[in-house]
Amino acid sequence: MALVLNEEQVMLRDSAAGFLAQKATVAHLRELRDSGSERGFDESVWREMAEMGWAGIAIPEAFGGLGYGYTGLGLVLEQVGRNLSASPLESSVLVAATVIAELGSDGQKEQLLPAIAAGEKLVTLALQEGPHHAPAQVAATAVAEGDEWVLSGCKLMVLDAHVADSFIVVARSAGQPGDESGLSVFLVDAGTPGLSVERRSLVDSRNVGVISLESVRVPGSSLLGAAGDAWAGLNRALDIANIGLASELLGLSVEAFERTVGYLRERKQFGRVIGSFQGLQHRAAELFAELELARSIVLQALQAVDNGQEDLSLIASAAKAKLCEVAQRATNEGIQMHGGIGMTDEHEIGFFIKRARVAQHTFGDYNYHLDRFAQLSGF
Amino acid sequence: MSDLDQFRQEARTWLEANCPESMRTPVRSFLDMYSGGRNPEIDHPDQKVWCDRMAERGWTVPHWPKEYGGGGLDHDEVKVLREEMARINARSPLDSFGISMLGPALLKFGNEEQKLEHLPKICRGEIRWCQGYSEPNAGSDLASLATRAEDQGDHYLINGQKVWTSYADKADWIFCLVRTDNSGSKHEGISFVLFDMDQSGVTVRPIRLISGSSPFCETFFDNARAEKKDLVGEEGHGWTIAKYLLTHEREMISGFGAAPKKSVGQVAMESIGADASGRLANSVLRQNIAQYQLDTLAFGATMARVGDEAKAGQGLGAASSIFKYYGTELNKRRNELNLAVLGESALGWDGEAYRGGAVSRDWLRSKGNSIEGGTSEIQLNIIAKRVLGLPDE
Repeated sequence: MALVLNEEQVMLRDSAAGFLAQKATVAHLRELRDSGSERGFDESVWREMAEMGWAGIAIPEAFGGLGYGYTGLGLVLEQVGRNLSASPLESSVLVAATVIAELGSDGQKEQLLPAIAAGEKLVTLALQEGPHHAPAQVAATAVAEGDEWVLSGCKLMVLDAHVADSFIVVARSAGQPGDESGLSVFLVDAGTPGLSVERRSLVDSRNVGVISLESVRVPGSSLLGAAGDAWAGLNRALDIANIGLASELLGLSVEAFERTVGYLRERKQFGRVIGSFQGLQHRAAELFAELELARSIVLQALQAVDNGQEDLSLIASAAKAKLCEVAQRATNEGIQMHGGIGMTDEHEIGFFIKRARVAQHTFGDYNYHLDRFAQLSGF
Repeated sequence: MSDLDQFRQEARTWLEANCPESMRTPVRSFLDMYSGGRNPEIDHPDQKVWCDRMAERGWTVPHWPKEYGGGGLDHDEVKVLREEMARINARSPLDSFGISMLGPALLKFGNEEQKLEHLPKICRGEIRWCQGYSEPNAGSDLASLATRAEDQGDHYLINGQKVWTSYADKADWIFCLVRTDNSGSKHEGISFVLFDMDQSGVTVRPIRLISGSSPFCETFFDNARAEKKDLVGEEGHGWTIAKYLLTHEREMISGFGAAPKKSVGQVAMESIGADASGRLANSVLRQNIAQYQLDTLAFGATMARVGDEAKAGQGLGAASSIFKYYGTELNKRRNELNLAVLGESALGWDGEAYRGGAVSRDWLRSKGNSIEGGTSEIQLNIIAKRVLGLPDE
């Protein structure tokens, strides 16, 4: 597949850009933050997004989606990054639907995916337990009792936790923390006895929470995939999730960069615009080069998913590591080049550095993915 | 069978029959590359045999039109030919500045007579060309060049000096930027002329580099003669051609940033070994290598993306402006990592034990990549001004 967008994809990107720039901007995120929004995102905007089919872009038509593939979803996420649009597009559509598509039976897919694609059901993944992404380290337990499973443990970094209808909980039914085998994945509805949800507040003003499971009983039918055998499917879903987050980080970085270059063109000191200083010009030009590399690796990764490439891990870690690096640089330079005004809450550039660090951290940061990239490259 | 399949069959059969066995071995150094010319450098007699056979079919430059000595092949056929050559490890029969630099300029800016005169000789490897651009006082600021060309009716008399003229000591002809007019701005009054190096007014002195080799020369012109018919484009409009060619040169040099066959990480594992977790035993070096390999992967994806965008009719996007800068910086990083990975053996300069100092000499040579053809700093200036729209001082 050529590394270019087709006509359909260009139209999708442009319509996403137009819609989000109007309805889900940084100003809207500020408003959600300052008003202490109960839901943490605008329900009516989310409904419109779902009506346009965005919640089902990557979901196959057989399960109520558009079947546009992940390149399409990535293009929308890039625009989400540009506008810092708050919605369950990451938690429910990019991550949860993908885990279900990878691990679920046809019956489970029929039951869950059309509802997610319609934006009616909000599902989220509960995986991380410590301060860092370390999927094989899962210690939460799943014990079989008759036809039921009993789940116990605590999960951090659960996106949209307090508004989720269901959780996809990763727990250990066998083995020790650190083992890749022995992991199982369960669908747990909000409100199930023993499950408690606590909303948390991170720097990016987006929805996140902690859930704790105290002997939560779920029926055998809630198991996604085979018991103890979730690793391969989960791994692939996480690879796709990281490629999607890399798309978001691409949009975020490009937007922060363009705003910064715009500022360099207008801010005057010493009687001239500061963008005429070579010290700043070269830093901006170097960053431009990095952003072009970032765009290429993200597109290659998205296409690898849609081409059905068997092993996505190398390209996924490459894309996430590169985008973590570039987003960090773009947002740091964004603050520095804006000078004092960049330090103020009133200016929007600060929202970009905050969202960047959370998206970088989610499902593994630069250090995690560069290490993984090296391992997968044989050293 | 499609036409393309049939072409593949024909190419395969012909290559099998005509490519000498000795030309089916990997290119180890510049010695194995053939550049032709009146007095060709020949490391193996089959080099010339192979070049002549390929030239007969127009396949030394398969994508040029047949009337100019090329193969007249379209994009897909060229790709098939390259694949079939790669299949038997056939070497490139001819690599020259005539093919990579002058040819594209003549095809774009030359008149019919000039194309018919010069291009077939390039395809056949008969004439080897060099490029007369930089001068002692016109490096990064190339447009301030001072080599004069005086109008003598049917010819010009050239006086001045060029420097960093690649392989001037081996070349037969030069394509040269000269000043035909001093009255306007520095970009005006530059002309693009071709002339024979085999004349008394031309003196060439090779420059010895830190790598020990001498790929570049100083070239002096003392009443050298260039025929008027060998003026390419209009008099005084040579800067346009110069810029076009610089773009070509930069693309060529940026190709050095491509990933090597055996990854640096693999070489490091063989040289240094793994720790108990299976990772390279030196974690600092490991991170540096990983970052280099990641950037190489992303750079390769960018080259592919820009190529695909151009094929899809979207033109050469802004991304192409980063190629020269990024590709050469990557190549320098790779060479520094080679030194770090191989240690003492990479520092060898002479002798069998060090393969004649191949690693250290490549490392030293790579330092020039971000200087020649426009320094990295000039490339960043160009990106800042032309792509990002940042103003001059």
